[in-house]
This record gives sequence, structure tokens and C-alpha cells, in this order.
Amino acid sequence: MDYALALHRFQFAFTITYHYLFPQLTMGLALLIVVLKTLHLRTDDVRYAQAARFWAKIFGINFAFGVVTGIPMEFQFGTNWSRFSKAAGGVIGQTLALEGMYSFFLESTFLGLFLFGEKQLGRIGHWVTAFLVFLGSWLSGFFIIATDAWMQHPVGYTTLPDGRIQLESLSALLLNPWTFWMYLHNMTGSVVTGAFAMMASGAYYLIAGKHVEQGKLFLRIAVPVATVAAIAMLFPTGDGQGKNLAKYQPITLAAAEGLFDTEAGAPIAVLGQPDANRGKLDNPLLIPRMLSMITYQRWDAEVKGLNHFPKDQWPDQIELLYYSFHIMVGLGTIFIGLTVLTSFYLWRGTLFRSRWLLWVLMLAVPFPFIANTAGWFAAELGRQPWLIYGLMKTSEGYSVRVSAGNTLFTTLGFLGMYGLLSILYLFLMQRELEHGPSSEEAAH
Amino acid sequence: MEALWFWLLALMLTTYVVLDGFDLGAGIAHLLIAKTEDERKAVLESIGPFWDGNEVWLIAAGGTLFLAFPTLYAASFMGFYLPLIIVLWLLMFRGLSIELRNHAPSPMWLPLWDVCFAGSSALLAVFLGAALGNVVRGVPLDAQQEFFLPLWTDFQPGREPGILDWYTVTVGATAFCALWMHGLLWVERKTSGTLSERASAMARRVALGVAVLTVVVTAATFVVRPEMWQRFADAPWGLVFPVAAVAGLGTVMAGKRPFAGSATYLVGMMLSAAFSLFPVVLPSSTDPALHLTIYNTASGAYSQSIALWWWIPGIVLTTGYFTMLFRKFGSKVS
Repeated sequence: MDYALALHRFQFAFTITYHYLFPQLTMGLALLIVVLKTLHLRTDDVRYAQAARFWAKIFGINFAFGVVTGIPMEFQFGTNWSRFSKAAGGVIGQTLALEGMYSFFLESTFLGLFLFGEKQLGRIGHWVTAFLVFLGSWLSGFFIIATDAWMQHPVGYTTLPDGRIQLESLSALLLNPWTFWMYLHNMTGSVVTGAFAMMASGAYYLIAGKHVEQGKLFLRIAVPVATVAAIAMLFPTGDGQGKNLAKYQPITLAAAEGLFDTEAGAPIAVLGQPDANRGKLDNPLLIPRMLSMITYQRWDAEVKGLNHFPKDQWPDQIELLYYSFHIMVGLGTIFIGLTVLTSFYLWRGTLFRSRWLLWVLMLAVPFPFIANTAGWFAAELGRQPWLIYGLMKTSEGYSVRVSAGNTLFTTLGFLGMYGLLSILYLFLMQRELEHGPSSEEAAH
Repeated sequence: MEALWFWLLALMLTTYVVLDGFDLGAGIAHLLIAKTEDERKAVLESIGPFWDGNEVWLIAAGGTLFLAFPTLYAASFMGFYLPLIIVLWLLMFRGLSIELRNHAPSPMWLPLWDVCFAGSSALLAVFLGAALGNVVRGVPLDAQQEFFLPLWTDFQPGREPGILDWYTVTVGATAFCALWMHGLLWVERKTSGTLSERASAMARRVALGVAVLTVVVTAATFVVRPEMWQRFADAPWGLVFPVAAVAGLGTVMAGKRPFAGSATYLVGMMLSAAFSLFPVVLPSSTDPALHLTIYNTASGAYSQSIALWWWIPGIVLTTGYFTMLFRKFGSKVS
């Protein structure tokens, strides 16, 4: 691969991976904050308002980090992927401009009111601002998924003789069949992250013996939400996404599953290391016929392996794609087990005494971030070698006039910046967590 | 349709300059006028609920540029790669300084972020001005509508210029002073007591500098891009923009409704630049046939017309949000 191209890919992958650590938490928390505010409205129990205030502070910090790391993304389409932007701007310019117009203005206006206006706005007014922040962040997610879905499965366009791609139908773009499952799958993933963060904080307070009442409240709210979301990651959203993959990107499915030979009654690999050169999976641990069943609902259905397709159509990072996919699925399965078990303990009334389980919940907090990141890696590596599936190769889309030297310069700068951001973030989160939910009245 | 989007985009960028201009300017002035912790808090509080929303105008304008003129977006973002990434880092530093400063009130933490806030605000003002300077001066576009500019070459605005040359640095200096003045007048308006008086006195002096630099930059522009005269000769109604700028600056100096005056000055300057470029959006420094115009960079008729259907309701909503926000936080900070 061209060195400059490799650096452009690395820079974009790094900045977007780092960025998405924050929105996945804030989108999930936005929903949970609306839940807390709604419970406060309905029960008049002041503890819900205190919990909402605490999570609003956590949300505020994470939102700020999300904004500052998100601004580069909007620029990098042009700075790093100029040829792609020139070709596809007529289409994805719509969704990106829609995001700016309909979600960024909404979020930025109402976040300030939500964070600083609790006293002035009154209970219902404050609930409305919480809801609008939630709406803004989830709309933002929709426009980004619609953009990515078009790159995964382009619809509603025509190609001009000079290679530029023009929009033919805005409704087709927004109602892309790929968008539906991908959006639900992604947003459910962010709810898993948010709910796991809330569970972990609750578990931490119980273990540490501080803010115990609030800790219990966090767990009572977050455990059921996490359980429902973890199950919904598998079915229906993951299932729907997988079927789209089988239908529109069978090569990606084969690579993600590590399936080299076409088989009737194809197995699922639970473990194993793909050897792309020799075309086989080393040390495989297989569940026979399972892949055929979940993909086509028949035990003996034929699933096409990688060897069925010409090699220049194969994703160029089969190994990383395979591991990303397996990490996502493996962690997702563990989340279901853990949350169902925790729900059972909560229902029996023994969760708050089961210290071992509280420890597990507290230490589980990084894993939804890893699973969501791995899921995005699987989606984006799975699309390779295409930048726009079937239309434009990644190697045709980058900014050819930006040299490797300049890209490496800014990449190193981003690495340094984001290292610094990480230190600041951990410092601030630790402070807020130590301070905890206070019983004071709302700040004015 | 292309012309309509050109003017909508010009209006969005102008709105950005007027709105984010006051919080950038407050940043430039921060260390110079706010001496005590209370005063510094007051400066930050005066922009607190607004700065993030103001900055969204830049992001939304970027999105609208991508939507309406993708070729321009693609060409300029690749060509201005280095300064844009530097602007990103500055925006990040600045956002963090404002948001994080008050999270840990310690004698080490506060001055660190105050300096970051002031420094990044000042550099951003210079870079935004220099960016406008680059667009007016032109860049060495090739036949594929592509270019790449180093940060500087010999500081001459010739055929192979850098981002920074004597002309763009002059525009940057003008932008710096103009936003500094704008920010001082915002602080004057939003605060009271000695802080407000100090800001007012400094704004009067900075306004003189702005007046001098405006004359210099106007003269320099006609040296660098003489054909800009022609636009005003062809359509004299366009003179309303420079006249508005002069009137605005006069209002600032007279001291009556000075903030409105500096806003008018900024609007006048921005729209003068837009008017004199039209229909060119990025001139070529080598060959006029290679100019990027609204016609050879547009996204397509369907794309531009369908977008109006959601863009207009969007801008109406946004205007509503901002009106509400400025009403809600309209009073002076204590």
C-alpha cells in the first residue's frame, strides 16, 4: 500500500476511533437521563433529580470531549479524503449538512439550558431540555449512520461521465435499507455503554460504601436497561445487520467469519486464527452448521467462502476484520449472560449484597467501549477495499496532494493531543466520581 | 440556484464571524482586561452559554459548503491541509480551556487554562483572517482543480505563494484587531463596573488600529487582486457593503451602540469580500481559466434544490433557538 494512503487511513481510523469513545457514552446517557427526569416528574422523588444532576455533569464533560474530538471529523472528509469528497459530496454533503443544521444547533443550544437552567426552567421545562438534548444526539447518530450506510450500500444516485456521483433521490438516501438495522444496532450499542457506565458507578459506590442510596438507585435503573439493550444487540438488531451483510456483502461475511471454502452446512468459528495466505483457519473451535442456520435459517444452506470470490475483491485486512468481528460477538454474548444474571440477582433482592458480582460489574465498564469499537472496525474493514462499496476504491479516494510527510506530521500531533486529552479526561472523571451525586439543591 | 447557495453560504459564514467573533475577541482580551479571578470568571460567564452554539455556525457552514459546492470543499480542504489541522488543534484547545477551567479551582489549573484560552483565541483570529486572505489572493490550482500550499514560501503573494505571505498576514492582523475590538465591546455590554469600563476604554483605542488596518488591507487587496475593482464598477450597488463597514466602524468610534457598530463593520467587510469575489469562490494564482467558481464546483441541480426544502426550515428553527438563547441569557453577568 502507498505509504501516504496508509497514513491517511491510520489518521482517520485513529481520530474517529478516539472520537467515538465519547458519543457512544453520551448518546446512551442522554436516554438514561431522560428516564431519570421522567421518573422524577412522575414520582416526585427528589433522588431521581439528584441522580439526573450527577449524570448531567458526567454527560457535560463527555459531551465536551465529544465535541472537540468531533470537529476534526467534519474537516477530515476534505483534508484527508479529498478525491472521495469531490466525487461523493453531492450525496453525503446532504446528510452531513443535515446533521449540522438539525442536530448540532439543537444540542448546543439546549445543552447549555439543560446544564445551567434547572432552576429557571421549572420541572417540565427542564425535562423538555433534557429530551431535546437526547433528540439532538440521536439525530446526529442517524445522519452519521445514513452517511456510512450509503458508503456501505450506495443507493439513490447516478454517476456522471467525469466520475462525480450525484444524488437522485433524497428519500432513497435517508431510507436506505442498510441504515435501518445499522442505526438500531449502533444506538442500542450506545445504550449498552451508557447503562454499563451507570451500573459500574453504582457498583463502585456500593463497594466503597459511599453514596450508597444513589448507588442502589443507579443499579435499579441501569440493570434492566442494560439487559434489554444487551439482548437487543443480538436480536433483532444484530441479526438484521447480519442478514444485510449476507445479502449485500457476502465477501465481508466470509472474511469476518473466517470461512475460506464454500460449504453447505457451514460452521461458526468460535476461536481460531485465520491464515489468509494458506486460506485456512488455524486451531479452529467450530460449532457445526451454525453459520448456515443463523444466516439462512437452514442447517444445510450453502454459505460462500472467500475462495469463491476473486482475490482483488477481498478486504485487505482479513485478520483484523476477523478479530474485530469475533471480539464484538464474543463480548456481546458475555454481556447478555452477565446482565441476565445481574437482573436475576436484582429481582431476588440479593444484588446489593453480592460483592463478587458488584466487582464484576465495576470492572466490566471498558468492555462495551471495546465491543462498540470492534463493531465499527468490523463494519469499516469489511467494506474494504471499497471506500464506496462497488463504486470507489479506498486507494482512489485520498488526498493525493497531501504528502506522507505532512500526514505523518499531523498524525503525530494528533497522537500527542489525544494522549494529553486522555490524561485530562481521567483526571476530571475521577474528580466527579469521587465528588459523587450530592444532596444539594440544583445549581442556578 | 448556484448564486443563491453562494449567498446563503456567505451569510452563514458572516453570522459565524459576528457570533463567534465576540467570544474569540473576549478570549483575546481576556488576560488584558480581567485582572482578578472574579473578573476572569465574569468574562468567561459572558460567553459561557453562547460560544459552543456560535462555533456550530462554522461547522454548519462547512456542512453546507460540502453540500452545495463539494468540489470547492474537496479542493480547499486538501490544499489548506496544514493550516486547517492547526486550526482544529486550536479549536480543541480553546474548547477545552473554556469547559475545563472551572472544574478544578486550583492556583495551577486556572492560569494554565486562561493562557490557553487567550492564546488559542488570538491565533484562531489570525488564522481565520489569513484564510480569508488566501481565498482572495488565490492559490496555484491545477487542471484537476487541486493544489497544496505549504505554510510559507518567500512571503510573497506570487504564483507559488504559501499560506502566510505579507498580504495574508495583513488580513490576519486586521481580523485579529477587529475581533479583539468586537470581543471588548461584548464584554463591555455584558459586564458592569471597572471591568466594563476597562473594556470600553481599550475598545476605543483598538478601533483606531482597526481603522488604519482597514485602509491598509483595502489598498493591499487591490494590489494583489486588481480585478476586484471591476465588480464594484459593474454593479455599484455592491458599494453598500463597504459603506456599511465604514459606518459601523464610525459608530464604534462615536461610542453610541458600539457593539451593533462593530457587528455591522464585520458584516460589511465579509459581504464586501463575498461580493467582490462572486462568482469566483477560489481564484487561481496562475491562470484565470482555472478559477474555481460557483458553477464548476456545484453539486448538481437536484441536490441543490432538494436541500432548500430542509435547509430553510432548519435555518428558521436555528434562528428561533438563538433568539431564545440570547433572550434567556440577555442580562449582564454579575
